[in-house]
Amino acid sequence: MAVQALDAARLPIHWQKLALPAALIAVAYGLIPAYASSYLVEAILLPFLALSLAAVGLNLLTGYCGQLSLGSSAFMAVGAFAAYNFNLRVEGLPLAATMILAGISAAGIGVVFGLPSLRLRGFYLAVSTLAAQFFVQWALTKFGWFSNDNPSGVISAPHLTVAGFSLDSASGRYLLSVTTVIGLTAVVWRLVNSATGRNFIAVRDNETAARVIGVPVLRTKLLAFAISSFIIGVAGVLWAFTYLRTVEPAGFNLDRSFQILFIIIIGGLASIRGAFLGAAFIVVFPLFLSRLGAFVFGGLFDSGVLDMSQRIVLGALIIIFLIAEPNGLSALFDRLRRRIGSRSS
Amino acid sequence: MTFFSHLRKAAIATAFVLGATAVHADEQYFPLQSYRVGPYAAGGTGFFGGFIDYLNLINIRDGGVNGVKLTWSEGETQYEVEKGVEVYERLKSNPGIAAWNPLSVGIAYAMIDRITDDRVPLITINHGRTDTTDGRVFPYVFPLLLNPYSETSGIVNYIASKEGGLDKLKGKKIVVLYHGSPYGKETIPIYELLSQKYGFELSQIEVPHPGNEQQAQWLTIRREHPDYVVLRGWGVMNPVALKTAQKTGFPADHIIGNVWSNSEEDVIPAGDAAKGYTAITTQASGEQYPVVQEIVKTVYGAGKGNLEDKSRIGSVYHNLGIVNGILNVEAVRIAQAKFGNRTLTGDEVRWGFEHLKLDPARVEALGAKDLFHSINVSWDNHEGDGYVTFQQWDGKKWNVVSDWIAPDWKLLRPIIEKSSEAYAKENGIKIRTAEDADAVVSN
Repeated sequence: MAVQALDAARLPIHWQKLALPAALIAVAYGLIPAYASSYLVEAILLPFLALSLAAVGLNLLTGYCGQLSLGSSAFMAVGAFAAYNFNLRVEGLPLAATMILAGISAAGIGVVFGLPSLRLRGFYLAVSTLAAQFFVQWALTKFGWFSNDNPSGVISAPHLTVAGFSLDSASGRYLLSVTTVIGLTAVVWRLVNSATGRNFIAVRDNETAARVIGVPVLRTKLLAFAISSFIIGVAGVLWAFTYLRTVEPAGFNLDRSFQILFIIIIGGLASIRGAFLGAAFIVVFPLFLSRLGAFVFGGLFDSGVLDMSQRIVLGALIIIFLIAEPNGLSALFDRLRRRIGSRSS
Repeated sequence: MTFFSHLRKAAIATAFVLGATAVHADEQYFPLQSYRVGPYAAGGTGFFGGFIDYLNLINIRDGGVNGVKLTWSEGETQYEVEKGVEVYERLKSNPGIAAWNPLSVGIAYAMIDRITDDRVPLITINHGRTDTTDGRVFPYVFPLLLNPYSETSGIVNYIASKEGGLDKLKGKKIVVLYHGSPYGKETIPIYELLSQKYGFELSQIEVPHPGNEQQAQWLTIRREHPDYVVLRGWGVMNPVALKTAQKTGFPADHIIGNVWSNSEEDVIPAGDAAKGYTAITTQASGEQYPVVQEIVKTVYGAGKGNLEDKSRIGSVYHNLGIVNGILNVEAVRIAQAKFGNRTLTGDEVRWGFEHLKLDPARVEALGAKDLFHSINVSWDNHEGDGYVTFQQWDGKKWNVVSDWIAPDWKLLRPIIEKSSEAYAKENGIKIRTAEDADAVVSN
């Protein structure tokens, strides 16, 4: 895998590979704002975009750099609460600056909790990132300052404006989300195709060998934690400001961290496309199943029974997918494309 | 509603038009963000079961409210905010929505902006964000019967009456054990305030959601040696609290449960540990009330009952669902008296809730005498001065051990207004007047 990645990085960029992303961007900006229903935007696309971005961030750390982390939702929480406080306490701070500062705050916390990675690997590191999960949630609950002393500990998203335009409507929030996600994904795409990206992969595949050929292992790991946490922090801002519009610390619990980890495992490690495919599977598919279940069996069973059976179906599908293609949906997607390609030629 | 059901509706509508029998019956729709699985399923199935049973009773017995049929559909939320928002987005496009009843503070918080834009009422019976009581700032949110502050005041007054008066509270020690969620934390400031006012010592301890492990908290309680423990729990946290209290030697009759720690589902799993435990309630349990009897006869008799386990008929959550049904249906009825017997808009139903006045005589006429006391909602008081009572568990059933008690609304109102006015300022909301409340959007 490493050899493949290095080869790809040495070759010039294949411009035809950009055709699909370009088409998707055209749909994202052209068709969706014009035709999508509010349900599609509010209940599907906004959580999908926020979780995709978080998965892109985690994939950088876990997929590319090989550092297993269970702290993703803590970094999302740091981003969301930092953005809330910057916006509340610094008068007239533009939204973009708020988001960048929130990302930097998350990156700072990410580096601190990334320090154990210098000594710990694999599952041991995963357990130590759990500390981030518990510490952040504890701190946000314990100190009322973070939620501006709201008795319930719930924060409400502020009004979103960019250069005087209000983005509070569903389509406004969607455009903000999609622009942020595309921008940061492009940055990550450039990064993994750069020397730093190759350092990440080298550290993942063989740390000792990487050190021998002169990769600064410590710096690389901390850099991976910083950039990954920055992106996950911004994803947290999107989750809180554009999707839910309200957030409590418990909303960023361990379940969410697992969810993001499963997204990249199901979607495909070390693949940007995998983060999006995985998020689509985790966010959209259960909804699809639930709607299908309600439509077919709605009159026969109550919603509780339906919900339980959906979980069974979803679990079974995950197992089937991973047996069919252990490298995730992204690899499955490639295989399908190759097969269709060979048939048509 | 799914795409297909829209399609189906469209097909049915077309069939009607083609058949030239286009009789469009008026319907009023209740979108239900229910939860029947997960750690809070006991509350969800009981409450939504009672609510649906009452709507069914009105449809079967009366043919709807003045001929307007009541309809509903459910979406599973598991008490999770994201799922609640998804269900809201899914169901909000249905026509003729009367009101939303999510039964979750977290989901309610996420919906306040959305339903205010939609102009549809949001009902948070016995819970919710306290300052939404102030209808001047929150026109569409109704924490009916009992907001969290009133509950707190009721509990403190009850403890005082057991001790022999409010002045006897001085020097007493009370521990509040609360659920680690927006709901659980809502009363932290008001307990602080009452502790300063009456001079009792206070310590508030959090139990992280869902609360199935409380050894550490109860050891702390044992160390602090309080006179009373107020249990502000939810779901599985409650039986675990009672069992752990027994293990650490704290007497159950000195634990006072709040309004979400007062059900059969909270005490039965705790077994003997719950004997003597007392809890506040706004609606009595039992099936002897005429309205519950009619539900048994008419709805369950017709095989349309919503509860799978018939022994839960008349339980605390089921009866709360029935009371919630009464309040929703009566609000629709009151609004119909003004706007006509047809499908109402959300804003018209809002007007109905703001004139929801059920005195004890009307409550009796509805077959709910002694089930709940009364309600008196107005455009600026969205709680409606609900009365509370206390019930004690004897190992088999709840027994009422107090009269109907009025919380200290006069004391609470200025605190609520301070909080809601701060919210209005922060969010640039114009404070409503009585004239604004009478301007109703009818289309």
